[in-house]
Amino acid sequence: MIEIDVRGFSCPIPVVKTQKAMQDNPGEELAVLVETEVSKENVSRLAESRKYSVEEKTVSGDEYLLTLRPPQE
Amino acid sequence: MPSISDPNLIAGMESAEDAGVYKLSPDTAVVQTVDFFTPIVDDPYDFGRIAVANSLSDVYAKGGRPLTALNIVCFPLKTLNISVLRDILRGGLDKMKEADVVLLGGHTVEDQELKYGLSVTGIIHPNDVIFNNRPKMGDLLILTKPLGTGIISTAIKGDMAGEKAVFRITQSMCALNRKASEMMLSENPSACTDITGFGLLGHASEMIRSAAFCMEIDSAAIPFFPEAVALSETGMVPGGLHRNRNYLKDVVEISKGVPRHMEDILFDPQTSGGLLISLPEKNAGALLGRMRDHGIREAAIVGAIVPGPSGRIIVR
Repeated sequence: MIEIDVRGFSCPIPVVKTQKAMQDNPGEELAVLVETEVSKENVSRLAESRKYSVEEKTVSGDEYLLTLRPPQE
Repeated sequence: MPSISDPNLIAGMESAEDAGVYKLSPDTAVVQTVDFFTPIVDDPYDFGRIAVANSLSDVYAKGGRPLTALNIVCFPLKTLNISVLRDILRGGLDKMKEADVVLLGGHTVEDQELKYGLSVTGIIHPNDVIFNNRPKMGDLLILTKPLGTGIISTAIKGDMAGEKAVFRITQSMCALNRKASEMMLSENPSACTDITGFGLLGHASEMIRSAAFCMEIDSAAIPFFPEAVALSETGMVPGGLHRNRNYLKDVVEISKGVPRHMEDILFDPQTSGGLLISLPEKNAGALLGRMRDHGIREAAIVGAIVPGPSGRIIVR
C-alpha cells in the first residue's frame, strides 16, 4: 500500500498529489491522509472518476484516512 | 454589526448589496465598492485586467457609471520581481481606460501573498438605482456570462487546466459588464446583481431572499465553460464551492435528474462573473437579442420568478 500525507495543503494540491501517486503506482492501493472536509470530498471524487473504491475513516476531528482501491482487472 | 441609518443612504450593508449608494443631491448619488484578491490566472497583465473588470462590475450591477478608482496592492517584495507588479498595474490601467475610468492613486503594502484590487467610485441618479433584492413576480432572469471560472482557476493552481480553458475564462473574466448594464437600463429591470464569490445560486438567493415568491432556475439553460465538467468530476473543486453549497442547503432545492457537475457549476464561486438581471418577461427577449448582437454572445434566459415558497430557489 502506498501512503500519502496531504495534510497542510489546500485544494487542489491534495488532488494533484493523489493523481500523481495513482499514475506512478498503477494498480496499487493508496492510503491518503487528508485534513479537511473539502480535501476528503475532492480526493474521493478523483478516486471515483478513476473507478477506485473509497473507504473513509475519521482519524480525529477533520482528519480522515481514505483508502483507495483500484478497479479489479 | 449595528445597523447604520442616514437620510441619504440609498443602499448599504443591510441586504448584501454589490455596492453602496449615497445621495449627494436630488439628482446625483455616489456608488462605491472595493474588492481585492489573490491571482486567479498566472499572467500578471491578465490578472490586472480581471481585477479591474471585477471591481467595476459592482457599480454596473447597480446601474451606475464608474468614474474613478484607487489601486490596492499587497506585494511580496522579497520573493517576487517588481516587474510582476508593473505588469499587473499596466493591465489594470488598460482596462480602466477601456471603461473610461480615471485612476486617482492607490496604496501598496508589503505582504507575503500578492493581492490586487480596487476601490471604485461611480455616480447614478438616485431614482435609477437597481437593487439586488427587488425582483417582481413573473420576471425572467438573464445571466450574461458563462459559469465555471472557479473550477477552472482551481485547476490552474494544480497545473491541470488546458490552455483553451485558461484562454476562455480569461477572456470572459476580462470582459466588462458595462455594455450589459447599459443595455439593461432601457428594459425596466427590477433587480440586478453580479455573480462573484457566492456563485450563481448564492447571489440568486440574495435576490429572492426577502421576496414573497420563489425563483426557478433552468439548469439546462445555464451557459458554462464545458471544460469545467470533467474538472469538477475529477475533484478540481474550490473550497468556496463546498461552502456555498453548505450555506445554501436550506434555501435551494435541486430536482432529481440535475447532474452533479451542473450542481457544482451553479454553486461555483466566480471571479468577474456576469450580471444576473431580473426583468419583465415582455422585455427579456428583446434584451437578450440586443446583448447577443453586441458581443455578449453567451447571455441566456436561465430562470424565472414564480409563485411558490417564499425566498426559495428551485433548480430544475
